[in-house]
Amino acid sequence: MSTDRTYRDLGRLIFETGAPESACVTPPALDVPEPDLQTVLGDAVRREPPALPHVTEVEIARHYERLAGLNFGVDTGFYPLGSCTMKYNPRIGERACRLDGFANLHPYQPAESVQGALRLMHELQEALAELSGLPAVTLQPAAGAHGELTGLMVIRAYHESRGDARRRVLVPDSAHGTNPATVAMCGYEVTQVPSDERGGVDVEALKAALGPDVAAIMLTNPNTLGLFDENILEVTRLVHEAGALAYYDGANMNAIMGKVRPGDMGFDAVHINLHKTFGTPHGGGGPGAGPVCVRESLAEFLPDPVVVKDGDRYVFARPARAIGRMRSFAGNFGVLVRAYAYIRGVGGDGLAEVSEQAVVSANYVMARLKDAYDVPYERSCMHEFVASGARFRKEHGVRTLDIAKRLLDYGVHPPTVYFPLIVDEALMIEPTETESLETLDAFVDAMRAIAEEAEQDPDRLRGAPYTTPVRRLDEARAVKEPDLAWRPTETAPREA
Amino acid sequence: MYPSDLKYDREHEWVRLDGDVATIGITHYAQDQLGEVVYVDLPSVGDEAVAGESFGEIESVKSVSELFSPVSGEIVEVNGALAGAPELVNESPYEDGWMIKVRVADAATALDGLMTADEYEAFIAGEA
Amino acid sequence: MRFVPVTCEQRERMLAAIGVRSAEELFAPIPEEARLKRPIALPEGLSEVELAAELEALAAADASGLVSFAGAGCYDHYVPAIVDAVVSKPAFFTAYTPYQPEVSQGTLQAIYEYQSMVCALTGMDVANASVYDGATALAEAALMAARVTKRHRVVVSSTVHPEWREVLRTYARGGTIEVVEAPAASGVTDLEALRAHTEGAAAVLVASPNFFGCVEDVRVACQLAHDAGALAVVAVNPILLGVMEAPGVLGADIVVGEGQPLGNPMSFGGPGLGLFAAKAEFLRQMPGRIVGRTVDAEGKPGFVLTMQTREQHIRREKATSNICSNHSLNALAAAVYLSAVGARGLEGIARACIAKARYLHDALLGTGRFERFSDAPFAHEFALRYHGDVEAMQSAMLERGYLAGVHAARFDEALAGVVLFAATEKRTRSQIDAFVEEVASL
Repeated sequence: MSTDRTYRDLGRLIFETGAPESACVTPPALDVPEPDLQTVLGDAVRREPPALPHVTEVEIARHYERLAGLNFGVDTGFYPLGSCTMKYNPRIGERACRLDGFANLHPYQPAESVQGALRLMHELQEALAELSGLPAVTLQPAAGAHGELTGLMVIRAYHESRGDARRRVLVPDSAHGTNPATVAMCGYEVTQVPSDERGGVDVEALKAALGPDVAAIMLTNPNTLGLFDENILEVTRLVHEAGALAYYDGANMNAIMGKVRPGDMGFDAVHINLHKTFGTPHGGGGPGAGPVCVRESLAEFLPDPVVVKDGDRYVFARPARAIGRMRSFAGNFGVLVRAYAYIRGVGGDGLAEVSEQAVVSANYVMARLKDAYDVPYERSCMHEFVASGARFRKEHGVRTLDIAKRLLDYGVHPPTVYFPLIVDEALMIEPTETESLETLDAFVDAMRAIAEEAEQDPDRLRGAPYTTPVRRLDEARAVKEPDLAWRPTETAPREA
Repeated sequence: MYPSDLKYDREHEWVRLDGDVATIGITHYAQDQLGEVVYVDLPSVGDEAVAGESFGEIESVKSVSELFSPVSGEIVEVNGALAGAPELVNESPYEDGWMIKVRVADAATALDGLMTADEYEAFIAGEA
Repeated sequence: MRFVPVTCEQRERMLAAIGVRSAEELFAPIPEEARLKRPIALPEGLSEVELAAELEALAAADASGLVSFAGAGCYDHYVPAIVDAVVSKPAFFTAYTPYQPEVSQGTLQAIYEYQSMVCALTGMDVANASVYDGATALAEAALMAARVTKRHRVVVSSTVHPEWREVLRTYARGGTIEVVEAPAASGVTDLEALRAHTEGAAAVLVASPNFFGCVEDVRVACQLAHDAGALAVVAVNPILLGVMEAPGVLGADIVVGEGQPLGNPMSFGGPGLGLFAAKAEFLRQMPGRIVGRTVDAEGKPGFVLTMQTREQHIRREKATSNICSNHSLNALAAAVYLSAVGARGLEGIARACIAKARYLHDALLGTGRFERFSDAPFAHEFALRYHGDVEAMQSAMLERGYLAGVHAARFDEALAGVVLFAATEKRTRSQIDAFVEEVASL
């Protein structure tokens, strides 16, 4: 995103571009007899054509080039968005997923015609099993939240198979919103467990919350504060003693590769966000992939299909007591190809280096910022840390949102803000291992400069950003007067 | 900020009793904490309000809060103006931004246990 | 390959600034018993040259470039070059969810335009920014209908894709909804039987064209739903909406569909995207992200994620769904595709698919080796019964470079012998003639 030019045609829609008779792609001439549509479809024939754009190829090219110029991506600049692991997306993955033998496969092709794809999936399953310490893997879930739902459904099926009806799932107060939302979709009730003063699970509160009706606990470790829970073995032991299972939200896997595995911490099921840890692009919101790895005792409940090796042949198979299916087909294969390419390219030793550097970089940034910003938990962090802007709000009326917006003027994408909920005015910073020391130092300088501005010129922050294509947007108006789709009769809102 | 003729609860609702009809809304403090109100989800006339229980929801752009009734009784009126102009809750929390009217069974005891304006101010001073 | 730019010397400086002697000290909170005390048991990394060769070898082990007559939810349409040119722009594919609208107007406007196009195709008022796929869109629609109607049971036609129905049943395992299947008769929904199930239902779910390629009477299905106070959920194929009536016109309350045919490669079944659109009155119960148009502090037009209080990051266990993403890049591809073809192009493509499917259908019947499965009208896909061993036929045709349809027995043993054939605009008359000749010669 460029910050030094004016932006043309802001808000101009593709519907408002091109002559009414313009077109880009025309279908080939019909080489077979054309049946009468009315005869074929009867009542189902469309009367009004859909109001789609009418543009030439050059207009499409320019429209989207203009829109691309309004976006900030990892290729634009530093993106320390906590909990999202915005690392560089290696280009070999982009090339790989477009190979004809991957991109142009039909999901129901006979197994003998897709041995390469199935082998890739099988090897990815094995790699994820090794990294998670849990042997059975499904690649089907399309995202982290989808993996959570899959994992919890598997846990539910496991309990039910034992005639053990349970109804509650424990979720720490620092959890991602997806955890409680997943619990509800799974038909369970949420019981929130508080954090202790070191940022981990409050073990006494956990003991009090556990009971024979608890199906599972959902945890991330390191947790959303970027802290590794030192009591994790006791936590999973207590959970198992109560007959419950432990689910690991693998959102923070980038911190621990080569050091510790969820299975060895006592977890029974885990999802791994390939778009975080394994460098597949976030795509402006997706697609990602959230494979789930489980203990042997849960393997038979995994959704259909998994890839198995039968002699020297790879085939899809349905686990014996599969919960069903979580989506059509076998998974977001294009994302799986990218993740496989990443793991294979970086290698086992490289993955260990990735986690170690991610942790070093986060601690470095924290060390250099902790006299300017409050860091509520005084201990070394893992791959991310949470700072608080509460002092600026109290003393200068500057909110964390203002700090975030001001960062945009420094050419940096802001950290995650107002999460986790247990830290007031939270700023959650995750630098990732793919950033140079020069970039990290520039970020620290920007953050320190903003801290000074907050004291000396708080209004400057409250009005930020100044250099972006648009200024702060009227989000209240967007809710109160919903404008969610262009209609042929409408005109765009006029510039004031 | 906190009219002395109203009574207040710990969930930041106010109530004004007029005969046996209690008018209910949220306080200045509550609307300030929420920020710009963009949506208020209210019950229907004829529904039952129960003291201490939720009767609706109020939303800002990035938060949702439940609305709790300070009194029990039948809901006899809801403020339809909030559907088109939820900002009234910010602009006029004690007048135009009221939410529901409830017919209470016993007007003499309906407000027992609620706070006076002074007590409420002390309460929010402790909360901040 | 290595993507860590920090040098050894820099790393030492960083550790000194942190105040530790080694990186290992930072991992001290990990209990000793839990630690991995050996190297990760994965092969060492590769150079890009080696990796590229390995990936190409894997891809070459697959049979691609087949002349495909397979559909069943994933279709071999032509993807115009401009689509990949746009989705390959790093500003789109390396960005995160557009939570900071000031630097995300590109993604946000593209989604707003995508939503507008989905509304135009389906005849709905509002669309979300997409969900994972068509099957999960259907399941989310069922859950949404239960919230709207405050009812528990949904009725799905058994002509809906078997995998979609299985996803629906799997999503229902938590007891949040109950799924009842309405029977089919000769490849289409038995509407009289459906009526028997609608009382007290939250939703009636049908697909048109359905799994067998047959066109359903959507208007009547919607009417049956409404008569019982249920919502009508209709699954569509977006390409065919170039010629088929918008479900909104026929009475649908929620429209879902698999968006893969719109400019997305088959990619072995994913990622595609789930189309999800509804009437405006149900907006607050919709799952997923939604983009809205507004203005900025200076009055300039701009776009934001909106109605976020429905979502998990705010409403947590009371959210309309746990979904925390959309298939944004696939939605972008769909929007570019629809812009490239326009209404007339889409109509032409749909007409070509229908004409070629009809030609293929008649030619296959003409071989005498097939018989009709259904007499119902079909669009670009149809089912035939094969007189013979389907697997052997498909295998023999694969050797000749053809994907000879999808054997429905893979979903349901009762459908042994039934083969689904699809034709897209990519298939030529000579390919169809050659294919039919080969099948006839087996």
